[in-house]
Amino acid sequence: MTEFITQYPLLTAVIALVAMGAVFGAVLGFAAERFKTEGNPIVDQINDILPQTQCGQCGHPGCRPYAEAIANGEDINKCPPGGEAGIQALADLLDVEVIPLDEEHGEESVTTVAYIREDECIGCTKCLQACPVDAILGAAKQMHTILVSECTGCDLCVEPCPVDCIDMIPAEEEGLKNWHWQLPDPVSLEVDIIATDASREEAA
Amino acid sequence: MRKVFNFHGGIHPPENKLQSVGTPIADAGIPPELIIPLSQHIGAPAEPVVAVGDVVLKGQMIAQPKGFVSVPLHAPTSGTITAIEERQIAHPSGHRAPCMVIASDGQDQWIAHSGCSDYSTLDKAQLLARIRDAGIAGMGGAGFPAAVKLSVREGVKIDTLILNGTECEPYITADDVLMRERAQQIVAGAKILRQLIDPVETLIGVEDNKPEGLAALRQAAQGSDIEIVEFPTKYPSGGEKQLIEILTGKQVPSGGLPSDVGVICQNVGSAVAIYDAVVNGRPLISRVTTVTGAGVSQPQNFDVLIGTPMSYLLDKAGYQADKNRRLIMGGPMMGFTVPSAEVPIVKTTNCVLAPTEKELPTPPPAQACIRCGMCAEVCPASLLPQQMFWFAQGKEFEKLEAHNLFDCIECGACSWVCPSTIPLVQYYRASKAEIVQLRKDNEKSEQSRVRFEARQERLAREDAEKEAKRAARKKAAEERAQQSAAAGGDEDPIQAAIERAKAKKAAQQAGASTENELEKLEKAVVTTRKRLATASGKLQQAKAEGSDLVAALQTGVDKTQAKLEAAEKALHDYQQVNEAAPEHAAPTDAADAAIAKAMAARAAESALSDEEKARANLEKLQQRLEKSITKLAQSRENGDEEKIIVALESTVERLSDKVAQAQQQLQTTEGA
Repeated sequence: MTEFITQYPLLTAVIALVAMGAVFGAVLGFAAERFKTEGNPIVDQINDILPQTQCGQCGHPGCRPYAEAIANGEDINKCPPGGEAGIQALADLLDVEVIPLDEEHGEESVTTVAYIREDECIGCTKCLQACPVDAILGAAKQMHTILVSECTGCDLCVEPCPVDCIDMIPAEEEGLKNWHWQLPDPVSLEVDIIATDASREEAA
Repeated sequence: MRKVFNFHGGIHPPENKLQSVGTPIADAGIPPELIIPLSQHIGAPAEPVVAVGDVVLKGQMIAQPKGFVSVPLHAPTSGTITAIEERQIAHPSGHRAPCMVIASDGQDQWIAHSGCSDYSTLDKAQLLARIRDAGIAGMGGAGFPAAVKLSVREGVKIDTLILNGTECEPYITADDVLMRERAQQIVAGAKILRQLIDPVETLIGVEDNKPEGLAALRQAAQGSDIEIVEFPTKYPSGGEKQLIEILTGKQVPSGGLPSDVGVICQNVGSAVAIYDAVVNGRPLISRVTTVTGAGVSQPQNFDVLIGTPMSYLLDKAGYQADKNRRLIMGGPMMGFTVPSAEVPIVKTTNCVLAPTEKELPTPPPAQACIRCGMCAEVCPASLLPQQMFWFAQGKEFEKLEAHNLFDCIECGACSWVCPSTIPLVQYYRASKAEIVQLRKDNEKSEQSRVRFEARQERLAREDAEKEAKRAARKKAAEERAQQSAAAGGDEDPIQAAIERAKAKKAAQQAGASTENELEKLEKAVVTTRKRLATASGKLQQAKAEGSDLVAALQTGVDKTQAKLEAAEKALHDYQQVNEAAPEHAAPTDAADAAIAKAMAARAAESALSDEEKARANLEKLQQRLEKSITKLAQSRENGDEEKIIVALESTVERLSDKVAQAQQQLQTTEGA
């Protein structure tokens, strides 16, 4: 053995390298099969950031299709319900520039919830078919109503209603229940109350 | 002497407690109007059980708890409910909230109530029920329902019961005077609590700046194993987690509850309220509140009814409105400015502070953080306030959570020491609220995602089911065709269908001929008349309403009229014929007519020349061919089954052959 190595050092090295390559290749090949990930994990991560209103304002039939489109290189600024915060989160995830919301797809507004004026509802079930999250309760020729806890405020049910009895109203009313402390006014941080600070700036 | 521990940080602000402890607790009396907010506690607001105009007695329940984490409300005095409406309440937002308003009648008449002087006969559930029914919410400031806090989960052993008499916040002396004057009741309340939760040891923790209170408690607790623990004054020792650390050396884990380390804490005020509820049967309708600050001439403690307007109480203490710029509910550290003096005293109001501008100056504008680190030194929760301040400014919520923002007790020590006077606590409060909102949004979006996916799945499944059914139908039809082909030679389904239709027609005709002709005609007249009546009724209605259907309805009525006339004429003719030939039997009549018809047709045919016959035949065939061609085109357009199209194609072929034959025949006859 040693004799062979000393006699053919070049051949030994080649054999050794080839053998190692074969072993590592086999291990990697096995691992690739054994630990294969189903689907595209980045799509799931993008989908987690999207607000899941399923409103279709981005031009895709739901949030997941848009997540897939983003994974394939579509712009990240087509989701008005997600707003600036959503774009920021997507930009962080995908390591791309933050771009302002595309006005074409709508504006960021307060969360709304659909409300059916039940006296006017004729029970046509058109809104039921339009609702992406099955948040409307009703049957043919029966009055329909919205399950507020499930409604995403996508307003897809408004357009198909033949009698225009669906309104989009703000999801949370102003009041004590929804009040919370706001961040202090940042302007106060810029007030110069030290006289020498002001004069130094003037001097400079 | 028990070993007391220390907690991280803390500050020593000027105490300012002496002003209000000079006089004993005074009775504030009965104000003309009491405003009782429905939500004075943490949890769901109570639900009114009396209506406007009802007369209520002192101690009568006026609102019931809604849910487990909620407490009932009781009338603080007798009087009439004048309103249940939104009123200004003591809240930093300045928002209004639903309140019950009672106009007091001055009688102060109690509702029938009974206590239980020997509470040792009561079991835990009964004790808890009494505490819950008395509407007791933590009186130290947070207002957590006492009964909920005392409902220890199964399997959790409480080693230490702590009564909190620390009162570390400057200015406030409500608990101090309570300990001085009602030490017996506090100790009695502690004994009730001990029976309820069965701890190993019972401690009452008091700061060493209240020697009289300590002495009174020690005297009251003599002979019992309740231990009064004195420890050095430092703000915020009165925080629940801080007090637990001082007395037991244990730290409540982040995000955990005191019961996780085997401790339950109650305020001394709550202990008195529990004593009153269990032994005297009195609900929580009054509390001891300190009215202090340089804005009042006689700072002192009052026993005040819940719902008393702050202005009424301030007047009792000699309020000088000109000296005072803002009213604070609570102490100078954790209290908040109230929107107006008309807000009511609630179960958690331990102090009304009316400071002068000199005493408690308006905070100067905040300046930039200089990273001095003093806030981190004083933080009792061992947090890094300056770091969290940066994250709060940048809205980096994940990092805020990683820095344990939710362990912040909002004591205000960091703001107090900040040399740049940054309102740090407000940053933390706002960030906490935002994070809570974000969590809620995430939960909702997750729920929507699940529902959306479930819907997609359902739609796909329905489509698949439909497709499967369609396939099954197609397969069955094919099988049937094959079977019939095997059974009846070259008989194809279309031929079979035609035969069926023919058979049906024949059957109908046969039925018609057997039916009495007269009856049939009469029936036709009656039904047509009916139809005419409804049609003209509809027309009248449409005319009255001015509907645009009038024209259509008019033609309908005209048509029906014509039909009716025809039917009547037919009936009349039939009757005449029958009258003219009554001897003719009905059954032979139809057969004779058919025979006559056939004979007439044959005669006519024979009268025609060969050429004419051939021509007529050709015309007929051509018509049929045209019809078949259009049918074939239609089927192709509709994309009917291949079989039908093939069948139609063969029909067209056959017919064109026949037409060719007929043409030939015509030519030969013409030639002849």
